[in-house]
Amino acid sequence: MYELIVKNGRIIDPSQDMDVVGDLLIREGKIESIVPGGLNDARADCEARPSLDASGSIVCPGFIDLHTHLREPGYEEKETIATGTLAAAIGGFTTVCCMPNTNPAIDTLATIDHVRRAAEAMASIRVLPIAAITKKREGKELTEMGELARAGAIAFSDDGRPVPNSRIMRYALEYSRMHGRPIISHCEDIELAKDGVMNESVVAVKLGLKGIPAAAEDIIVAREIALLEAFGGRLHIAHVSSTGAVEMIRRAKEKGLALTAEATPHHLTLTEDWVAGQRGNWGLEFPYLGAMAPYNTDTKVNPPLRAAADARALIQGLVDGTIDAVATDHAPHTIVDKQCEYDQAEFGISGLETALASLMILVHRGEIDANLLVRKLTIGPARVMDLPFGTFKKGAPADVAIFNPDEEWTVEPGRFASKGKNTPLAGMRLRGKVVCTIVAGKVVYGERARGGMATRLETGQAVNVQ
Amino acid sequence: MNRKDVLDLDDFSPEEIQLVFETADAMKEVLSRPIKKVPALRGKTVVILFYETSTRTRVSFELAAKNLSADVVNITAATSAVAKGESLVDTIRTLQALGADMIVIRHEQSGAPYLVAQHLSGSVLNAGDGWHAHPTQALLDMYTMREKLGRVADLSVVIVGDILHSRVARSNVWGLSKMGARVTLCGPPTLMPMLEKRGSISDLPEVRVEYDIDRALDGADVVMGLRIQKERQDGGLLPSLREYVQLYQLTQERIARAKPGALVMHPGPMNEGIEIAPDVARCSQSVIEDQVSNGVAIRMALLYLLAGYKGHQL
Repeated sequence: MYELIVKNGRIIDPSQDMDVVGDLLIREGKIESIVPGGLNDARADCEARPSLDASGSIVCPGFIDLHTHLREPGYEEKETIATGTLAAAIGGFTTVCCMPNTNPAIDTLATIDHVRRAAEAMASIRVLPIAAITKKREGKELTEMGELARAGAIAFSDDGRPVPNSRIMRYALEYSRMHGRPIISHCEDIELAKDGVMNESVVAVKLGLKGIPAAAEDIIVAREIALLEAFGGRLHIAHVSSTGAVEMIRRAKEKGLALTAEATPHHLTLTEDWVAGQRGNWGLEFPYLGAMAPYNTDTKVNPPLRAAADARALIQGLVDGTIDAVATDHAPHTIVDKQCEYDQAEFGISGLETALASLMILVHRGEIDANLLVRKLTIGPARVMDLPFGTFKKGAPADVAIFNPDEEWTVEPGRFASKGKNTPLAGMRLRGKVVCTIVAGKVVYGERARGGMATRLETGQAVNVQ
Repeated sequence: MNRKDVLDLDDFSPEEIQLVFETADAMKEVLSRPIKKVPALRGKTVVILFYETSTRTRVSFELAAKNLSADVVNITAATSAVAKGESLVDTIRTLQALGADMIVIRHEQSGAPYLVAQHLSGSVLNAGDGWHAHPTQALLDMYTMREKLGRVADLSVVIVGDILHSRVARSNVWGLSKMGARVTLCGPPTLMPMLEKRGSISDLPEVRVEYDIDRALDGADVVMGLRIQKERQDGGLLPSLREYVQLYQLTQERIARAKPGALVMHPGPMNEGIEIAPDVARCSQSVIEDQVSNGVAIRMALLYLLAGYKGHQL
């Protein structure tokens, strides 16, 4: 048995509409209470407990990522459960849902069991596996979803690909009425997007790159909503990136359909101009070090970075509730996967370690407030997956992220814990830094304790961070 | 010229383009001499690295470098370690270690020369990348216009054909716009890039888009045809080559709508009888062979200027 007090932080818990300065008390891995104004330090029972001083920092429920590629099994050169979950801990995440586009795909009891056991042995944080919708993610036959759900599949997705066949997608949604887990759709009309590498626009014309039109996303979003309305089930739209998709999801929610949606930090803050080497952002000046050459393959991501108007529509969607959660779509790749011609490079951005700081740009610019941001990283995603995390209600697992909203730091991918160094933010100065991450009452990451080095701390033990 | 590389014309100033023209004038004079060779690049190694097939551009660069006394190494993808799977970056590192001073690269993927430029301390000349840019072609096209019509500014230039997949069209849009010419792009909508949604900070210059060739050619000073590749029909972008010929082929009748004495240009290689009628390709207004000759002078000028020479006196 152990106890921990997080002292003097600004405690934000959107699940209870709470925003107070005070102490957070943890006992036996669970939230015990929140003491606004703080405990009386003279009390002997306080002095006896280990404590963290969170003065000047925001203390909130640990972040939940609905969309993480941990790459294991099969692509351990890109990421492993050990490196990916450490990166997540450094980013303030205490739970990640890992995508099944591994090799083999997570589509059987054996693979889901493998991931769960590897996570138990290696992970710094909670790992909740997502299983494939179709066998081998081929879009042809459903996986044994009922059994997989019982074995711990938190949701189902063929992420990286849509389910091209509308009939199979119908069956998947219908089947979800039984197991209750969300069907996560990667919305992309494969034929319309064929060979595309960036958003289809004048920028793509200028660069001579084949475009992926926003319509390729919109068409499948429209299809999924039509199927959901006709046949029921539980639908979640992954990485929304287009204005059209935001509008359709908003209308579907107004009708009361059972769907949720996520957006990524990069689609919320970056635009297609980055592909052309222009690190501007819809009129917002980014602080950065050094110029970026055009065709930087770290800007290649699917869905692609879109126009400024799309980023604005996504932010509006966050504010009005159309977008339930921010999810990183953390997609680590090796240098060989990325240091090549743009057409040949893999899609994806390594996002776990920069998610909070890049989203804080929106807070510092006054586009959204810190409470809303924390909501979209905590109770928002928890409700999508119906998880008992993302809250400081008494008795909830003591998952905590502590971040300094004003600390500036430079993005140095070489120092990432993730094996994926692929980020277009390299060299940029960002404001907002996670300083400590706690899972079930155990400190899994503490900035000051690690002496500048990313190391996995001993779990099971409270560490005095100051 | 104060630059390491020539990758596209988007970062060229009009003054810089003018300097290239004036230097090319001096190179043309060299080319008219009995011994058309000067020692400007003696001891320099120019590597000509082509990942796509080419006759005129490759030979043109090779002659240009040799006329300047450079040592020239030719590499094609099929005969190099590229065929064994060597990456572009590793190839460049190898060539750097072998002492390449300049690399002339053609690559089928847009942006590849930018990757090369990041890994080579010497100069990189883009000899065509994907659909993106072909700056030396646009320079020699403008140089030919200047030679035949006396100026580039205020000319009405119509580019006809497969604009979507054309690096020649893109580089000409940049160059001609910078030099004050008016550009009209003409072709079937499926071969025309989407230019309507503007407003990004990375936009192309403004151009006129016209789907009707007769309207497009009305009053033109220059008519430039582009190669139509047979694969476009297979990809569904064209119902048939026959229909393209009916609607867009450059014929005597259509050329007559342009100004008297308007230039007929084509970057080659031509599909005679498809995008251009054989008699048009050989008519008195055609300057297609002048384009090829001028290409050597333009490429000599660029190699010379990139080597650090300031003026255009030889």
